[in-house]
Amino acid sequence: MSKKKISLSVLIIGFIIGVIFWGAFNWTLELTNTEQFCISCHEMRDNVYVEYKDTIHYANRTGVRATCPDCHVPREWIYKIRRKIQASNELYHKALGTIDTREKFEAKRLELARHEWVRMKENDSRECRNCHNYDDMDYPSQGRRAVDNHVKGFANGETCIDCHKGVAHELPDMFEDDASAVLLKH
Amino acid sequence: MKKIFLMSMVITAGMFGLNPYAFAEHVQSLRGDLSLEENSVAPTLKQYQKDEAPIARDYLQQPPLIPHKIDGYRVTIKHNKCLSCHSWTNYKARGATKISQTHFESRDGAIMSNVAPRRYFCSQCHVPQVKAKELIANDFEPVEAMRH
Repeated sequence: MSKKKISLSVLIIGFIIGVIFWGAFNWTLELTNTEQFCISCHEMRDNVYVEYKDTIHYANRTGVRATCPDCHVPREWIYKIRRKIQASNELYHKALGTIDTREKFEAKRLELARHEWVRMKENDSRECRNCHNYDDMDYPSQGRRAVDNHVKGFANGETCIDCHKGVAHELPDMFEDDASAVLLKH
Repeated sequence: MKKIFLMSMVITAGMFGLNPYAFAEHVQSLRGDLSLEENSVAPTLKQYQKDEAPIARDYLQQPPLIPHKIDGYRVTIKHNKCLSCHSWTNYKARGATKISQTHFESRDGAIMSNVAPRRYFCSQCHVPQVKAKELIANDFEPVEAMRH
């Protein structure tokens, strides 16, 4: 066999192996991008998942459902990979048992919620906009208060998460932001 | 003996003539004129009014009605969704009605710096509305002073 032929077959085999590995990698990645995977940990299943089941993103008149990764994992590849690498930290804390009881979770809720709020604020609520686009909003079919606040908010450069916190999960204790919103003082 | 006979006659007449079951036929329950075995037709679900202007009160000291939907609004020990617009901290920014000052009074009459626990659960008094016909007709009218 000539050198040319060897290098050509190496190239072809390398390409095929590359495709297989890439496919396997993406396939595994997508497996971790399912609700089933998220709630395979009791921390998610018993806390945030239960709360989410009572909200509009789970049950609504149109039958469209946004599952965990729709909001919490970016769709674009580069952002997705970045988020997935960050998420390895969650595995570490799973092993440590940082939030393995309801009490521990509640104590951490504000901090964890803030991570998501900051992420959404910084990326202009990109995951919301996968479905909700304010350029496409039909204001006449919105309620009075919604039109008012949307027009004002967008004009001021605000983003979805600035107002729509806690749409899918219980809100943390917001004593710092508005003392009147809590029953018990600390 | 004659007296006893008369009494039993009266009782028998009462049993047949003034049969209480005869009256029962004219009583109709809210589920309609149906026998026990039949199922009444389920009423259509009413939709809460989506987003309306504030609704005027009908009588003095009526808790104002909620002119919008409150689906999914939660009031927990740690967070009160209503107060995220109606609290004194937030009402201006959100263009909402602020809660009444009376809500700061504790049951012992002390004025607190914050919403009193007994006034914390909004939907105990304030309720959203549906456009529905009253189940039983009534001619309630607000007092003169409230009509203007």
